Amino acid sequence: MNLLSKALITLLLISLTSVSYATPEQDKETFQSFYTERFPDISKAEFGDGVYALDQDARDQWEAMNDFPPYEDDLEEGETLFNTPFTNGKSYASCFENDGENIRQHYPKFDSKRNMVVTLELAINECRTNNDEEPLPYKKGDIAKISAYMASTSEGSEINIATPTSKGELAAYEAGKQYFYSKRGQLNFSCANCHIQNVGRKARSETLSPALGHPTHFPVYRMKWESFGTLQRRFDSCNKQVRAEPLPGQSEAYRNLEYFMTYMSNGLPVNGPASRK
Amino acid sequence: MHKKLLIIISITLLTLMSNLLFANDMDGKKIAFDRKKGNCLACHVMDDGDMAGNIGPPLIVMKARFPDREALKAQIWDATTKNSISIMPPFGKHQILSDAEIEKLLDYLYTL
Ligand code: HEC
Ligand code: HEC
Repeated sequence: MNLLSKALITLLLISLTSVSYATPEQDKETFQSFYTERFPDISKAEFGDGVYALDQDARDQWEAMNDFPPYEDDLEEGETLFNTPFTNGKSYASCFENDGENIRQHYPKFDSKRNMVVTLELAINECRTNNDEEPLPYKKGDIAKISAYMASTSEGSEINIATPTSKGELAAYEAGKQYFYSKRGQLNFSCANCHIQNVGRKARSETLSPALGHPTHFPVYRMKWESFGTLQRRFDSCNKQVRAEPLPGQSEAYRNLEYFMTYMSNGLPVNGPASRK
Repeated sequence: MHKKLLIIISITLLTLMSNLLFANDMDGKKIAFDRKKGNCLACHVMDDGDMAGNIGPPLIVMKARFPDREALKAQIWDATTKNSISIMPPFGKHQILSDAEIEKLLDYLYTL
């Protein structure tokens, strides 16, 4: 082969790779069809049930438990908290579109003025501080109860995160994607290693759930926690498993990760809160 | 009298030695099974371990399949040298296990 044709091939390869650089929309298609092709008997909506979509025995136990959902009291408390006015007389409803009803599916949102991802929990706390209330601690407790109540008003609405297009949105999206695919911790795992590469396989007795559908049902009431936890609390559990340092709630990296993961689940119905082992 | 003493001494020595050998085996197995050490059962069916995962292949007939101890050690030290997208934790490279622990683990693996 002469030098010229070598150079041409190299050029072609370079242009091919730059053309095949995936947009978020293409990423989402690839991501979703990976799972739907891998599990052809599972409908897209069912992926929101996590391992219970894959493992019938586990599903039977789970459904039996849900005859009396373990989170009922906490969910009711969340509703009461949501409806209790602040000292200034205003309420959570005043901070959100549609009085905070049926909006879960639009979070996280990208705030282009501040150039950052805003999760529902961050918005809840900003609502508080804008009304001269102390912010709540993240990941568990009252914030998870309020968020769980808000999620329950979105039951069945499809996750609908606007496709990242602006420079800021794309940067946050790419950072979240990078986090999801990067190995970390002494044990050297990425989220993708467990939830894509080994989905459906068993780590000890734990079936590894698909990442498609991860954000649909949070906050989750975990029997292990005996309480609600937000999606970011679950990130901590997985980070600890691989001996990586968990990050503070609502840190930039976690918000971007949540943004990426939720966009990947666009079109799936909200089905939270849910219970998990 | 001398004879009796000799017998006692040799029995004691023998027990000591077999204890040592046995302890070595036990150590390796403990390292493999312990969730804070190898936790190999998370991914591999092996020996009499219960609730094993199925991410990696069963660890059986190791002597026949890994005649070269260094090759087996390399797999445990850093599995990505053989398979660049391996998910198996790099036990040596990331100091999850010490060199001495890996040696004990190897002794144990060769009993499988
Ligand atoms: C070593 C394996 C492993 C790694 C790495 C890992 N996870 Fe998990 N993850 C699990 C297991 C096991 C569970 C519990 C069973 C299940 O639902 O998959 C779980 C559960 C979850 C859940 C809850 C699923 C549900 O249905 O409620 C989410 C969300 C999650 N992981 C996200 C992540 C993210 C994000 C990362 C990376 C930051 C990550 N995981 C890394 C093993 C892992
Ligand atoms: C998180 C999963 C995981 C853990 C934990 C794990 N392995 Fe592996 N192991 C694998 C996978 C996957 C392979 C397949 C080859 C590869 O990808 O490296 C493998 C391959 C092997 C092999 C080569 C087997 C063959 O037949 O070629 C040996 C030997 C091995 N592992 C030993 C161990 C030992 C010993 C431990 C514990 C100290 C351990 N593994 C822990 C996932 C794991």
